[in-house]
Amino acid sequence: MSSTVERIILAGFGGQGILFLGKVIAETGMNSDKHVSWIPSYGPEMRGGTANCSVIISEHEIASPMVTVPDVVIAMNTPSVSKFNQKIKAGGMLMYNSSLIERQEFRDDIRLVEIPANEIAEELGDQKVASLVMAGAYIKFSKLITLDDILKTLPLMLKGKKQEMLDLNIVALKKGYDYVEEKKYMFGRYVHSVFKGI
Amino acid sequence: MAKVLMKGNEALGEAAILAGCRYYFGYPITPQSELPAYLAKRLPQVDGVFVQAESEVSAINMVYGAASAGARVMTSSSSPGISLKQEGISYIAGAELPCLIVNVMRGGPGLGNINPSQSDYWQATRGGGHGDYRTLVMAPNSVQEMADFTLAAFEYADRFRNPVLMLSDGVLGQMMEPVVMPAPKDYDMDSKKWSLGYTGKDKTARNLCTSIFMGQEELEEHNWSLYQKYQVITDFFKANKDLAVEEYLCDDAEVVLVGYGIISRILKTVVEKCRKRGIKAGLVRPKVLWPFPSDVFAKLADKASKFLVVEMSYGQMVEDVKLAVEGKKPVYFFGRTGGAVPSDFEILNEVDKIVRPD
Repeated sequence: MSSTVERIILAGFGGQGILFLGKVIAETGMNSDKHVSWIPSYGPEMRGGTANCSVIISEHEIASPMVTVPDVVIAMNTPSVSKFNQKIKAGGMLMYNSSLIERQEFRDDIRLVEIPANEIAEELGDQKVASLVMAGAYIKFSKLITLDDILKTLPLMLKGKKQEMLDLNIVALKKGYDYVEEKKYMFGRYVHSVFKGI
Repeated sequence: MAKVLMKGNEALGEAAILAGCRYYFGYPITPQSELPAYLAKRLPQVDGVFVQAESEVSAINMVYGAASAGARVMTSSSSPGISLKQEGISYIAGAELPCLIVNVMRGGPGLGNINPSQSDYWQATRGGGHGDYRTLVMAPNSVQEMADFTLAAFEYADRFRNPVLMLSDGVLGQMMEPVVMPAPKDYDMDSKKWSLGYTGKDKTARNLCTSIFMGQEELEEHNWSLYQKYQVITDFFKANKDLAVEEYLCDDAEVVLVGYGIISRILKTVVEKCRKRGIKAGLVRPKVLWPFPSDVFAKLADKASKFLVVEMSYGQMVEDVKLAVEGKKPVYFFGRTGGAVPSDFEILNEVDKIVRPD
């Protein structure tokens, strides 16, 4: 991940909160004075039950908002890995939901980060916040947005919802963030590490 | 005003309200449905009227009625639905009524699919309906422009008493970007002396808005006056080049890339990549598709050595570029269809092919 632009594809099946997760990241970027874009899949593929969206956060004006070669793919289910694994930039990162995706030989030139998002969410009592767990994990790696930024944005996005729901989302975020910190990301081989210091 | 993260379709809807539009008539179709959905929620809050008509034909004729009454009014649809509206658009153009028609393009012909596309360029710029008429066609390339162009569109529509067509596509409609909403415009329904709704003191007889001119002479006179109006619109955009076209790094460009809408954003990335590789590339992006900014291309044809037009079709706007370049320089084309948005890599490859032919 460069320190001036992050191109992300988020994918999963409908109901996993993929589009919302993308919005949280984009909105956080915007509130941190970054340039952002968010493009959802809305085509026939969506009708087949899978959802994905492309998000860019950038220090500079975004010319093309299309993400062809993502720096990061956040995959919530197995079909998402098959669909986007090959597209990730060499040296990029595949962050996947290991509760639903089996560990396998992915690629040896990318960083692999496994997050048992559903298990963590289940411990918190609600599977629905699995996407927020992923958001927290992502933030740990991001060079452009911080945990503080997202904690400021989330209440704005969940305005009108119950306080318990906001609290739960925040806990989920922090769990994801802490999980990455605790694991220190020993797992996975990669060629040129762009994630020094983690 | 603060930045808001919004979908293109929604930003356009909010901007229409800021422009004083209080009437929307339409029928749902992907990928523009967020626009009527947004206005269905917002218009009642500002004492406006939202009607989901029983068909696109019905909706465009409601627009015809409201525009005759002097209201700022709009409709929107996506490609197949815009085809259905063409009869009404022709009548509105014939009766010289201002309105905004939004086309969030999807793939065709026929039912096609719901993916992004740019295959309605001909329909938009050549009339689409019957008769000797023109619609002013605008092509935004960001969510911000979806909003800004909407305010401008209502102004142009009133100024020229002509329908304005906003040619967008599935990506622009669906994507979210930060947008700063433009300042609202005051709109007075009583400002149009020709309208049926005009109630000014100087009003003596009932106004009539019609496209029926039964006699040969009166219709020819009407056609002539329309033609002259289209010349005025053309001259206006020639004199205000910045409103019609964006040029990027064209001064020393050897290869000029040409695209509108979402494609122009990708081309900007391609230009930057070309420059890094030592290829002198530039970009021309028409913001207004009719009247086409031909003179910009005519001038560039004397400087640049090659043109590459990129579209999400198998080549429609490329014909206008060729007409403008008048055979002085080769005009190449690259297009994708079916919902494929060409990547910067694909386009870069095309640039390589024309710059370094083997």
